[in-house]
Amino acid sequence: MLLRDPVHLVSPRAVAYWTVRALPLWIIVLAAELFWSSSPRDHFAVRIVVPALTVVLAAAHLIVMPRWRFRVHRWEVTSTAVYTQSGWLRQERRIAPLSRVQTVDTERGPLEQLFMLANVTVTTASAAGPLRIHGLDRTTAEALVAELTEVTSHSQGDAT
Amino acid sequence: MLLVHPVRELGQAVPALVGLVLAGRAMGEGQTWWLGPAGVAVVVAVSVLRWMTTRYRITPEQVQLRTGLLRRKTIAAAADRVRSVDVTASALHRVLGLAKVEIGTGSHHRGRGLELDSLTEAQAAALRAELLHRGMAASQDTARATSLRAEPCAVAVAGDHDTQLEDDPGSDQETELARMDPRWVRFAPFTMSGVLGAAAILGIGSRLLNQSGVSPGDVGPIRGGLDYVERNPIWLDVLQGLAVLVVFVTVLSIGGYAVSYWGFRLTRHSHGSLHITRGLLTTRDISIEERRLRGVELAEPLLLRAVHAARLSGITTGLKSRSGADGGSSMFLPPAPRSVARQVAAAILRDPAPVEVALTAHGPAARRRRFVRALLVALVLIVAAGLAVLRGAPQWLVWAAVVIVPAAVMLAEDRYRSLGHAVAGSFLVTRAGSLYRRRDVLQCEGIIGWNVRQTFFQRRAGLATLTATTAAGRQRYAVRDVPLGLALPLARRAVPGLLDDFLTLAPGRQL
Repeated sequence: MLLRDPVHLVSPRAVAYWTVRALPLWIIVLAAELFWSSSPRDHFAVRIVVPALTVVLAAAHLIVMPRWRFRVHRWEVTSTAVYTQSGWLRQERRIAPLSRVQTVDTERGPLEQLFMLANVTVTTASAAGPLRIHGLDRTTAEALVAELTEVTSHSQGDAT
Repeated sequence: MLLVHPVRELGQAVPALVGLVLAGRAMGEGQTWWLGPAGVAVVVAVSVLRWMTTRYRITPEQVQLRTGLLRRKTIAAAADRVRSVDVTASALHRVLGLAKVEIGTGSHHRGRGLELDSLTEAQAAALRAELLHRGMAASQDTARATSLRAEPCAVAVAGDHDTQLEDDPGSDQETELARMDPRWVRFAPFTMSGVLGAAAILGIGSRLLNQSGVSPGDVGPIRGGLDYVERNPIWLDVLQGLAVLVVFVTVLSIGGYAVSYWGFRLTRHSHGSLHITRGLLTTRDISIEERRLRGVELAEPLLLRAVHAARLSGITTGLKSRSGADGGSSMFLPPAPRSVARQVAAAILRDPAPVEVALTAHGPAARRRRFVRALLVALVLIVAAGLAVLRGAPQWLVWAAVVIVPAAVMLAEDRYRSLGHAVAGSFLVTRAGSLYRRRDVLQCEGIIGWNVRQTFFQRRAGLATLTATTAAGRQRYAVRDVPLGLALPLARRAVPGLLDDFLTLAPGRQL
């Protein structure tokens, strides 16, 4: 008996989105290294090897991470529960019964708008349990929010 | 009852009053002498006015508090939203026979909340009884609605509580669950409170010395002490220093324990709430509705465990977020014998199973993980020490680092032995930790979701960290490094039905 993957993949555009989102950090790191190594006192090997290593690492991260994430990030909503899966090196599955859902938010950051993406956050009464679905197609996200709002409006109680 | 405000506010206003008096002296030749007494009079008048303009009223729907003369402020809270009524009495309050009542409504942005200072003790007790009783009556309907909402887990706690309510709706019977035994004070030195207190005192002392500009060597007794230390061999100094420190910390921790927990009493009232009374100088009287109780945490830090002691706190919803002193988990029992802690936990939960049940171990992979992590830390320390020695540090550093290895092995073994989980009755039980070992008992009904996390290495070892999310206490209670083969059955037993849609028999991709 195993827990299966959630059914739906996120939008393929998420791959590009994750790549672009990770890019600035590497650029900053590389710029800092080039800045430091421009001082002539430093050893030649350090001046060349460290930035070169950084470029290789950055390339590996930027190529592997988004594709790996795309294979992992999945979501599913049934009549009773929400089920998400996210991460790459550290992966996490979150399941919350719809009867305990408190709010359903959708959000589009500037970068996400550029890629016509949106993310949906489903919160429960627990501070530990928000379910986030990143990299959804905008129309899918809207439909999902509408569906969740419709289903959860029927449940009673304070959902604690 | 008039006295509390003026006395306390005079105390707070002392610096300003001193300033006024000094200013009076300095400014005129005897003509402005009245400034000081006038300041005192103003402070007293303002606090008396505040007392005179403060009114509270309890209607069937609301608790109202109205304060202020020039700027009137009315705070109202719905009576059925009252979640806690705490009665506190400082030493001054107690001398005057008064008490302060704090009414908690679980609001997160509580400015000053509903705080009624300087009621008489009898008024405070009556108010508390009335508010809690009213809250109980009003909430009974909601409680019913909650248990009607098809919860898969059998709810023994709520069930008992309902029947009791029907048996005797009016009368309020009190059952004592625990009472502090003065001998428990012996556990105080095994808590961190003494160490923290000593550190705080030393820190404040050294800062005061620094700011006063007095060099410690110039103070008579300290000078004498330093001379004494210089005359003796080092080993004697170290021994004496340690002895003094141990005595100091012990005295502090025992004092702290007595001040906080003297007269500790935990009782259950038949209208469905738990009451805690404690305190030597400042007495605190805390009540928690049982319908907000989602379980207990049994904590056994290493030192307490060595003397067979434990402390107990509750997992409750709707109290302040964890920022407050009592946080989302309220203290149910100060450091006490482990057997007593277990009995009290069983009495609170109305089920001995969760605290007595043998826990399922997490197996060889989890154990390997504990060892790898502990030994990796030791290895890093040894390498660091080695590098330091190469750079000219004294050689004993490496040996000191090597000594860490057996300590790491012991820690890893103990951490593994602590790991365990179970479903007992209607509770999920999970235990972990060595330096701070904790057994969390969470009511299954309080679980509002699952998080299954696997790091890269956990996936390779076939382990996962299964976290039950809840609206109470710490918000998350984790079953750490549990084999996948055990995690799913555990989650399904605790919350039947939730995972059924997402299961597969096919041995597909592991997470």
